[in-house]
Amino acid sequence: MSHLIEIRDLKKIYAQGEEPVRALDGVSIDIDEGEFVAIMGASGSGKSTMLNILGCLDTPSSGSYRLDGLEVAARSRKELAIIRNRKLGFVFQNFNLLPRTSAIEQVELPDLYMGRLTWRERRKRALMLLKRVGLEGRGTHKPSELSGGQQQRVAIARALMNEPPVLFADEPTGNLDTKSSIEIMNLFTELSNEGITIVMVTHEDDIAAYAKRHIVMRDGRVMVDDKADGGVRKTTEQVSHLVKEALA
Amino acid sequence: MSFGMIFKVAVLAILRNKTRALLTCLGIIVGIAAVISVLAIGKGASTMMLNEISSMGNNLMMVFPDWNRRGQVRSGMGAGQTMTADDAEAIKEELGYLVKYVSPAVNVNSQLIRQNKNWSCRVSGVSSDMPEVRNWQIGEGRFFSEEEERGYVRVCVIGTTVQKNLFEDDENPIGQTIRIGAMPFKVVGVLASKGANGWGQDQDDTVMAPYTTVGRVLQRSKFRSINMMNISLVSMDDLEEATREISALLRQRHKLPDYQDDDFEMRDTKEIMATMGSVSSLMTILLTAVAAISLLVGGIGIMNIMLVSVTERIKEIGLRMALGATPFMILSQFIIEAVVLSTVGGAIGVILGIVAANAIGEVNNWPIVIEVSSAVYSFLFSAFVGMFFGFYPAYRASKLNPIDCLRYE
Repeated sequence: MSHLIEIRDLKKIYAQGEEPVRALDGVSIDIDEGEFVAIMGASGSGKSTMLNILGCLDTPSSGSYRLDGLEVAARSRKELAIIRNRKLGFVFQNFNLLPRTSAIEQVELPDLYMGRLTWRERRKRALMLLKRVGLEGRGTHKPSELSGGQQQRVAIARALMNEPPVLFADEPTGNLDTKSSIEIMNLFTELSNEGITIVMVTHEDDIAAYAKRHIVMRDGRVMVDDKADGGVRKTTEQVSHLVKEALA
Repeated sequence: MSFGMIFKVAVLAILRNKTRALLTCLGIIVGIAAVISVLAIGKGASTMMLNEISSMGNNLMMVFPDWNRRGQVRSGMGAGQTMTADDAEAIKEELGYLVKYVSPAVNVNSQLIRQNKNWSCRVSGVSSDMPEVRNWQIGEGRFFSEEEERGYVRVCVIGTTVQKNLFEDDENPIGQTIRIGAMPFKVVGVLASKGANGWGQDQDDTVMAPYTTVGRVLQRSKFRSINMMNISLVSMDDLEEATREISALLRQRHKLPDYQDDDFEMRDTKEIMATMGSVSSLMTILLTAVAAISLLVGGIGIMNIMLVSVTERIKEIGLRMALGATPFMILSQFIIEAVVLSTVGGAIGVILGIVAANAIGEVNNWPIVIEVSSAVYSFLFSAFVGMFFGFYPAYRASKLNPIDCLRYE
């Protein structure tokens, strides 16, 4: 059986200064459809680099990456753009909304690049998604008129616009207060329950506890992968223990 | 993704940042408006200067009868009686393809008398097309007509200096009668003031009357002889041919054998034309320099605003690529943005430039000459600068990985 995401011996080496930096040093993992994965590790462990490569935002130095059965490591920039557009959704730590643009337009943007819907259908779907993330009636608001939590919901609605099978989240709660963080994570949990595959980078144990699988990285290598535990949620204490064990 | 979609994305991106759009447009507007108005005013001034120079006559040639050769006593230029009004008519008839006007002239110095005032000046007997030949404008009343010329009517047109000396300030000279020598002439018009000519001679100190009347009544001549001809050529390019043809015609009419010299002398305004040419090329250099500086200033304005927003734009490009925009879509969007801004700014700049030039011309009473080429060149330059600096960051960013754009500082 083929996996949704399959990486083999993935390396990313920055040739900076005299000593090359090995951000990823031979990583091999598989992620199946419907999984909710948290990638953890200290800053500089390579977790963000891995997410960026998985999300086709960055290219690996070597190794193989198969997404949905297709090799993507050696695709053209245009093909990668189309893959990102159709198959991948992104949620960033700093939201990355277009400034001075209404929420509804932000959400519609991915379909503008795909051109799948008529403008009426697109607007309808954008309104539906805003309602889905709890922002009904806020479609005309611009980022400056929304709280951090609300901005991140707009970003999630945008990521869902083209119905991607995979959602990537890079520290999605990093810029949010505790209350907003819990709301966002509950939203992720709901999406996961609906069958969307979620790969999330975080360094907070309590946030990672929402995921069902945990990968801990250090120095560009995977230290712990609890896939064998069968996709059961862990408590924050269990996650903390896992991380401590991995980095010991 | 269709072109319409990219266009929509581009327009939305412009509307999203109205300040930046406005400032970019402003650079283009200022550049184009400055060039158009400066050139319009400059060209106007240059035209005015050239008109002033050419006010002494359009494509003018003068023919004088040579000194009287009979015997050993030589009188001055124009004193000979060998040239007649018939010569003038013959030139007009036979060389019509070369000459526009032929205006015979008879000059006498005479005393002007009106009531208790009197004045002495040169009285020119000229033809009715004198205003065209020597660029005289009529200030008040009219010039005398061809009928009056043919009918030996005693009418005259006076210069402003003569008006001042014969009439009170509040008097209307039109319709009044003055005496030239012993003969009464009716004043039908006043010439617009030309001021002194290049040699300091007061051109307004003159009286013009039909050459026919002056010849018969004032000179009491029986031969229709004239003192000179003013010949206006169709084009200055024909000067040499015209000189040759007129000379040949006059020699033939005067029955001069080959061994005898001309009994007339021809002069042209080539030197004046050369001066005009150098003034005009000097003005062109000056105006080009001013226009270039205006465009440079406008261009730097456009460049600044474009470069200032590069960081924000590169982040935007990173995000758009992350959401699935291909490099082609990104480049298309930025080209369309630049084209829209340049076109809108350019159009406003052209309109503003024309309005400003007209307003300045109106206030200062300057002539305005708006050249299409100045609008086109300044528009192309500004559009190029706008497009280059709008497009360049997009081009650079589209070569990066999306993540590098998102992290760009």
